[in-house]
Amino acid sequence: MQLLKIVNDLHVGIGEYKISRSSGRLVTLGLGSCVGVSLWDPRNKLGGLLHVMLPNSKDFNNINKHEKYADLGIPLLIQEMVKQGTSKNMLQAKLIGGAQMFTGVNQKKIFNIGERNVEMSRKILKEMSIRIIAEDVGGNKGRTMYLDLATGEVLVKTLGKNIKVI
Amino acid sequence: MFVSDKFTELQIDALREISNIGLGHAVTSLAEMLKGKIGMDVPHANFISMEEVIEILGGYEELVSCVSLELDGDIQGSVFYIFNKSSTYKLVDMLMGFEGGITNELDDMAISSINEIGNILTGSFISAISDFTNLKIIPSPPIFAFDMLAAIFTSLITVSGQPEGDNVLTIKTEMYRDDRIINGFFFLMPDPVSYEKLFFALGIED
Repeated sequence: MQLLKIVNDLHVGIGEYKISRSSGRLVTLGLGSCVGVSLWDPRNKLGGLLHVMLPNSKDFNNINKHEKYADLGIPLLIQEMVKQGTSKNMLQAKLIGGAQMFTGVNQKKIFNIGERNVEMSRKILKEMSIRIIAEDVGGNKGRTMYLDLATGEVLVKTLGKNIKVI
Repeated sequence: MFVSDKFTELQIDALREISNIGLGHAVTSLAEMLKGKIGMDVPHANFISMEEVIEILGGYEELVSCVSLELDGDIQGSVFYIFNKSSTYKLVDMLMGFEGGITNELDDMAISSINEIGNILTGSFISAISDFTNLKIIPSPPIFAFDMLAAIFTSLITVSGQPEGDNVLTIKTEMYRDDRIINGFFFLMPDPVSYEKLFFALGIED
């Protein structure tokens, strides 16, 4: 992954997903308790990135945006990628995020949300028979992630630390 | 989080007004603690989207500090204060009695003083609203984070219980002492049922 070269970055917003192919990167900024789920098809160089906010849509009424929830967003991303020419068994997943950002008294809801996002994402991917080939999850730092569409590499940036490639 | 077009102009004005009252009390408490004159202006109180909040505060990856308190009792939800990096350091300088420009990182002492300030500001804000409305509001002890803005903000939004909402009550505050100005953003995020209780207590219903 070349950092110094100007690359074509496609920004994935909070609770959104994007799919692209061949070159450039898909980027999502500032994952806290949220989880970034990247899917990549090495043969077609097709990649997708989803920014999950919450684990389970069943915890809420009135769901408007399926992409916000792991249980709805991941199947949606897979379905859209299949439409664009990949097959499910080609996809390789990577999970980034799910941190606990706050220190202080334990607030159970805040405490669990990152962990629950990670667990639900793993569960849904397993149910859909998608392999998770790398993870950088948990801890207490916010993360920005880049998916390189040509190589499938994921670059993880945290403040005050070295960039990590997985 | 709540969608602002569900509120009437009158209701939004009322929220601005109680925010002003609350923060007025907050700054008085702060001035007492620091034994000096502190001024505070509240130039803006508005419902804005998460994306706008992130833009105003300096972008997704901006290093910010955040003190958050959860609310219980008649009003459920949370309040939190966010300072960007430079305001965080200026705040520490002010609290420690340093000259401006001394602080450029946060040690445990600095974190605990920001925590304390966040606690005082939000605590007196809440008690002012509580007195004004006769609602019983119990704030939790503060929790603290110093990291990427979007990572912190989304972590708070996701536990608000209203992830489908778009806008959040954002109150810009300007604190000043002598020639130093510190910008902070205060956020009030009651759940929908609590908003109804709040408007009822203020005598403003639909």
